[in-house]
Parts: sequence; C-alpha cells; structure tokens
Amino acid sequence: MNYIMRTSNQTLEEILTLAAAHFKVAREKLAPDDDFFRTLGINSLQTLELLTRLEHHFQIELPDYELQGVSDFRTLAERIQARL
Amino acid sequence: MKKFEGQALSWGLTDGVVELALHREPCNEIGLLTLEELERFAVALEKATNEAHALIIYSSLKCGFSAGADLKELFRISQEMDRDEAVKGVRNYLERIHRVMNAIDASPLTTIAAVHGVTFGGGFELALVCDLIIADKMARFCFPELRLGLIPGFGGIPRLKRDLGNSIVRDLLLTGRSFNATKAQQVGLVSQTVAEGESLRVARGTADQLKKFDRATSMAAKEFIKPIPYEELRREIEIFCELFTQPAVEAGLRRFAESTEAQPYLP
Repeated sequence: MNYIMRTSNQTLEEILTLAAAHFKVAREKLAPDDDFFRTLGINSLQTLELLTRLEHHFQIELPDYELQGVSDFRTLAERIQARL
Repeated sequence: MKKFEGQALSWGLTDGVVELALHREPCNEIGLLTLEELERFAVALEKATNEAHALIIYSSLKCGFSAGADLKELFRISQEMDRDEAVKGVRNYLERIHRVMNAIDASPLTTIAAVHGVTFGGGFELALVCDLIIADKMARFCFPELRLGLIPGFGGIPRLKRDLGNSIVRDLLLTGRSFNATKAQQVGLVSQTVAEGESLRVARGTADQLKKFDRATSMAAKEFIKPIPYEELRREIEIFCELFTQPAVEAGLRRFAESTEAQPYLP
C-alpha cells in the first residue's frame, strides 16, 4: 500500500519476490544487480507486464521512459522508490 | 450474420451479440491481411444491424488486444517502392482503414472493446472506435508513433480528443508513454476495469444488459453523445502522409523493423 513507508531495501526485496513469483524463478536465484531480462528470460511484452504488475503492487505510475536503459533490479528499485 | 473464420479475424452472432475475435500472431498487428478481413467484417456488420444489438471486439491471443499497425510490413513494402508510390500506398491504406473504423464507430449497435495486455497504436485506435472499453487490469495503452516520426494514423487523435481532456491527450502523444488500465479508467478512457482474464466475460454480461433497452432509443442516444469527428479524421490522414515523407520515418521504421532490443515497444 502506498501509505507504507518502505526503505530502498524493502522495495528491492518486494520487486525480487514479485518477479520470482510471477516468472516462476526461485527467489534465491535472483540478485539485486542481475540483468532482469537475462535472469528472468523475459521479452519486451513480458517487460511491459512486469511494469504493470509493479505499478499495481506499489500503486504508482512509472512512465516507460524512466526504464530506458534500466536492466538490473537495483536500479529498477531506485526508480520505483523515487515515486513512493 | 454468417460465421466467419479468417486468418486474422473471426466473427459470429449469438443471441443478438456480434463477437469479433482478433487472432493474428504474434500480437494482432494490423497489416494488409487484417485490413482485408476488417473490410469484410464492416460489410457483414452493416448487414447484421437488424438482428443484433451489440458488438464485442476482443483478442484471443495472450499477448493482448493488439500491438497496432504492422510496422514491419509497412517498412518492407515501402522499401520496395519509390517515395511517391509509397506515400500513395500509405494514403490508400489509411483511407481504407478509416472507412472500417468509421463504420464501426457509426454502427447502430452498442460496441464494446474487451481489452487485455498490449493495446498499442492502431490497436488502441480500434478500441477507441467502440462505445465502451472494458479493460483487464493488465491492459496497457500507448501511442508510440512519435518515436517513428509519425502521429497515430487510424483516427486515434480525433477520437482521443473526443473522449479525453487535452492534457491527457498531449501526455499520451508527446511522451509516448503507456498507461495501465487503472490510469486509463481514472482519466475516463476505460469504463470498467476488471480482474485478469475477465474482460470478455464482463463484456458479454454488459452486452446482455444492453438488450433490455429499446434499440431505437439506444441508437438515438449514441448518435447524440458520440459524434464522429470526420473533418479532423481527414486532417489526420493529411498530416500522416506529410510526415511519412520525412527521413525520420524511414529511420524510425528501420530501427523498429531491425531491432533486437529487449524493449522495442518502449518509446
């Protein structure tokens, strides 16, 4: 929920947990600095799906252009944290 | 209405409801094949007016409603022609797709787009001709055309302006960013947001509700509240054709057609 104050680490952990659950990858196989395209094996459409799931989960809007060039979970978490 | 099963589309009529399914792999890109079948559909729809009260348009593909115009086909065909021929071909294609879109927009049936997943560009424009958009919560709407040096060409801008505040229209067009269904409902684009996988079921329930009303009254109400912006639609074709001659377009189409990026849809 939006009113919960999250630390950056909590945000990062929630992203990793959500991604692992949705794309059926063991959570322990995901690390903050992993390239999520490679680790999750996702294509462009699945990337949009991940973006939508993250927006719903964190109740934020995350314009696509903020994700340009972002490929690791840690930077993704920073982008999300900036909108919480 | 006779049942039809084509390579890109299928349609049929059940209990007064026409259902048009989009099913062209990979994600319902709208190229010449889809256009030809859409033209056949527009003729069939007109003939079905007396036996139906509603139309539902949906996609049976998992990826979403539609990724929009078939840009790879557009690039390939335009490369085979000189510039004047290519512009003439594009204009002809736009005139044809506009006739189909206008026919669905003006249909006396109440029309519902049941969308999920990617609803981009021309796919978004197809949803915009409908009276109601019912969106799965995972639907995503976007007009990425500016990254190609173009504007939407299937009637998107005039129809967006008809439905939404201009600041949202500018945001969608000028940033090229995508919206999720929640945002789309907040700004007035989507009439109902539903759980994942539920948009068609809810659309069918809505169509069932519509048959309780007098057809003539529903038609009069629709005509009154949903004028078709024909003049702006014509202007859109002109602007699109003017822009199509710009070098940025060829570069943009080439980049898209040859892209191996993980995020080619992201503007």
